[in-house]
Amino acid sequence: MSILHAIFQPGLFSNSSVQDAAVVGAVVALVCAPVGVFTVVRGQSFAGHAFADVTATGGSAAFLLGVSPLLGFVVMALAGAGATELLGAERQRGRDLATGVLLGAGLGLSALLLYLTTTAQSTTGAAVTVLFGSIFAVSSSTLPMVIGFGATALFLVGLVYRPLLLSSINPDLARAQGAGLRVVGLVYVVSLALSVALSALTIGAILSTALLIGPAAAALRLAKSPGRAIACAAVIGVAATWAGIVLAYDSYNWPPAQQGWPVSFFVVSLVLAAYLLAQLTGRRARQA
Amino acid sequence: MTTSGGPVSADAPTPSGEGPALDVEDLSVWLSGQEILRGVSFSVAAGSLTGLIGENGAGKTTLLRAVLGLLPISSGKVRVARGHLGRHSIGYVPQKVVLDPDLPVRARDLVELGADGRRLGIPMRSGARRALVDQLLQSVDASHLADARVGALSGGEQQRVLIAHALASQPQLLLLDEPLASLDPRSTQETASLLGRIAHERKVGVLLSTHDINPLLPVMDRVVYLAAGRAVSGRTEEVVRSDVLSALYRHHVDVFHAHGRVLVSVGEERSEEGCELDADDCADRESPNGDSLNSDSPDSDSPNGGGGPGGPLPAATVVGPGQS
Repeated sequence: MSILHAIFQPGLFSNSSVQDAAVVGAVVALVCAPVGVFTVVRGQSFAGHAFADVTATGGSAAFLLGVSPLLGFVVMALAGAGATELLGAERQRGRDLATGVLLGAGLGLSALLLYLTTTAQSTTGAAVTVLFGSIFAVSSSTLPMVIGFGATALFLVGLVYRPLLLSSINPDLARAQGAGLRVVGLVYVVSLALSVALSALTIGAILSTALLIGPAAAALRLAKSPGRAIACAAVIGVAATWAGIVLAYDSYNWPPAQQGWPVSFFVVSLVLAAYLLAQLTGRRARQA
Repeated sequence: MTTSGGPVSADAPTPSGEGPALDVEDLSVWLSGQEILRGVSFSVAAGSLTGLIGENGAGKTTLLRAVLGLLPISSGKVRVARGHLGRHSIGYVPQKVVLDPDLPVRARDLVELGADGRRLGIPMRSGARRALVDQLLQSVDASHLADARVGALSGGEQQRVLIAHALASQPQLLLLDEPLASLDPRSTQETASLLGRIAHERKVGVLLSTHDINPLLPVMDRVVYLAAGRAVSGRTEEVVRSDVLSALYRHHVDVFHAHGRVLVSVGEERSEEGCELDADDCADRESPNGDSLNSDSPDSDSPNGGGGPGGPLPAATVVGPGQS
């Protein structure tokens, strides 16, 4: 009992920031599960990471303008998605190059925007929040937006689920069935951008791909079918986020400053632990 | 025998007597300023298997992709089955499909996607779907692989699952691009006889490309022989002859029969630089006359015992300078 008390400290369940954080974390992890599985299967983790870096620009701009950071994240992620599609077109190599160039430009711009914000408000809080996130700082007024963007991303992935899966296995198989790959790819990229933006809100722009890729990569080791892989990624994602929130709440009593450790640290560490565990069990299952 | 882009003679009626699953008439395809196919004509009867034979670069993949509608046709006609069945009524197994071992996709999932891979929305579980997939997997002798990850299967097993995937839309026409390449001799024979069985039992027209004619001889009803974008078609014994192939290549071609196999040898001098065949083929050509014999996979391995429609010609191999 005392261990339980130590983990679930008094006030945890009645704290409204914790409640909001739990809802946001669950929504984001659920959205990241299918999008992440497709991203890993398509080998587009790099594109996901680039969107994440670019969203930092949007988050910084939002701070400077005084609007919700989520809006900044979403706008920049979508702009990044559009730009890579336009620049890179068909070829994988071309897309990688376009993504890489964009990524550098995005980070450079956020350096400027964060500098301006810091000078204007004489605080470094914005930089930490944008880059490393703060799920406890998500205001309850942002909740409907989180759910709205999340539902949109899930709807889009569900809509193109079959042609997207087939083209991720082999584009020629999908072409032979007459699936419009350009449209399917675009719909996927939009849902990827939305997921990255939501993830950026939860654990920060720089770390956002961890929540997108980590649970999915672990799930691929554990599950044999696409449906089960998505379910598995969702369970890992939600569990890591919630456990991260609980640990962060506990850490308010921890040294050095009694201010609480960053939630993102806990979430990302737990995702990494799940991934390593999946690697080990997956390998053992394969040898058996 | 039909010859396109060369001497023309009357087309012999196909043995099955059914309407053609595919009719290609005077097809030309230009890609980035180059004529890849010129005046190609042939047809594939329902319930028959046609081998599309040619060296690498002869235009086999271009021809298959043009039939699929993935490449624009410069002139000529492509008619698939009776009426307009739309592009997705063609079953297709692409060249060199690489399936990652970590892909969370079972054989069953891949076959299901063959039936409805272009549909929108999340698939609903249904008994009918499951039964269709089970039946398809059974027809390619892959029932036991249904719940295995596709990426973990051997090359031959993957090929069988891909064939079941291609059959799932119940097509009249099945196109396969080099399905026998990179298979071991035993899987090659098994896949070839499986395709023959599928053609005859499901009344599907099967057209498959290969640079090695030998494994197909026991099961092949007709052959379309491609060289430098031109084609000659007919029954194997009508086409795989020195005079016919010499006319196609516009160059002297020898056809040898030895050890139950056939070797097609195109002279060397036409292209000095052109060794674009597989490494083994290049190695074979190092003998002075280019007439080395492949001795893998003796005919006794064949479950059909060489008694198929191939008739007096049990085997043949294409050896010659590569063309780009």
